[in-house]
Amino acid sequence: MSAVLFFIAAIAAIIGAIGVVTLRNPLYAVLALVCHLISLAALFLLLRAEFVAAAQVVVYAGAVMVLYVFVVAYVGGGDEVKAGNSLRILGPMFAVALAIELFIAMLGTGLSGIKGHGAPYKLGFGDPEHIGKLFLTDYLFAFEVASLLLLVAAIGAIVLARRRRGLDADDVELARVLSTPRPAYTGTIAEGVGVRRVREQLEQVHGGVTELIGGPREDEPEEKS
Amino acid sequence: MALGWYLAVSVLIFCIGAGGVLVRRNPLVILLCLELMLNAGNLALVTFARMHGSEAGQIFALIVMVVAACEVTVGLGLIVAISRRNLPIDVDELHELNG
Repeated sequence: MSAVLFFIAAIAAIIGAIGVVTLRNPLYAVLALVCHLISLAALFLLLRAEFVAAAQVVVYAGAVMVLYVFVVAYVGGGDEVKAGNSLRILGPMFAVALAIELFIAMLGTGLSGIKGHGAPYKLGFGDPEHIGKLFLTDYLFAFEVASLLLLVAAIGAIVLARRRRGLDADDVELARVLSTPRPAYTGTIAEGVGVRRVREQLEQVHGGVTELIGGPREDEPEEKS
Repeated sequence: MALGWYLAVSVLIFCIGAGGVLVRRNPLVILLCLELMLNAGNLALVTFARMHGSEAGQIFALIVMVVAACEVTVGLGLIVAISRRNLPIDVDELHELNG
């Protein structure tokens, strides 16, 4: 029974993976990846990793793929350009070479465990209770770093994908503040790291005048950053 | 099933993903192929966790999932930013940083 399930899930996973690589339309590629992820979750269940399988379906096939579908719908996919570059031939060759190498490594391994069916099953192996206990005891550092990484990624995505439009037309107050003349380098990173002090010393030596920036300009303020 | 079969599936998926990263030129699909490779790694981790009867491999698999989610978020943010500037969605055209 488990062999039948394994072969069904494995074949579905490999077909899904091939679909991701070969399908022209990115939306169909995303759907093939969903199929692949769900069959991979079935494989995880066969390996008695219940919590990982549940996270795979809920987080991966659920949330992440919805993000993908949104972006594909937003970007429109773009037409896949035709071949002509050398990677078109070298890529599959590299993949096949990698597969051969990994299979040689797998078949020639001294690990006797891969011929067996795994360690004897303990009750509660891989259930949320054990995983949670391990996360909060042995792997607490990894857990905290992962949460920090998620925070950084969320902020980074917002910064990357935000709308850069410049000021709105009715934002008079901010425009007034920004157009008030101020000494050069104030309120910038240059001031923070001490460039301004160096400049002042140079100006004292040469007797120059501190230039003003940000004053009213005659041309239109630039809209795009 | 012997655990070697799971590793074989993992190897195949990884190689399909690696070939896809090299062949495809749409950055969205390249991200999808990266997901394939990360998932192949996950499958190997969970297989080894089963082999040793310890849950450490499953913990690593979950952490890999977190990393994959972060990678997707930042990558899709980049793609949205590219499309906002009306640049072509094609990694061969985006070669301004080419040395």
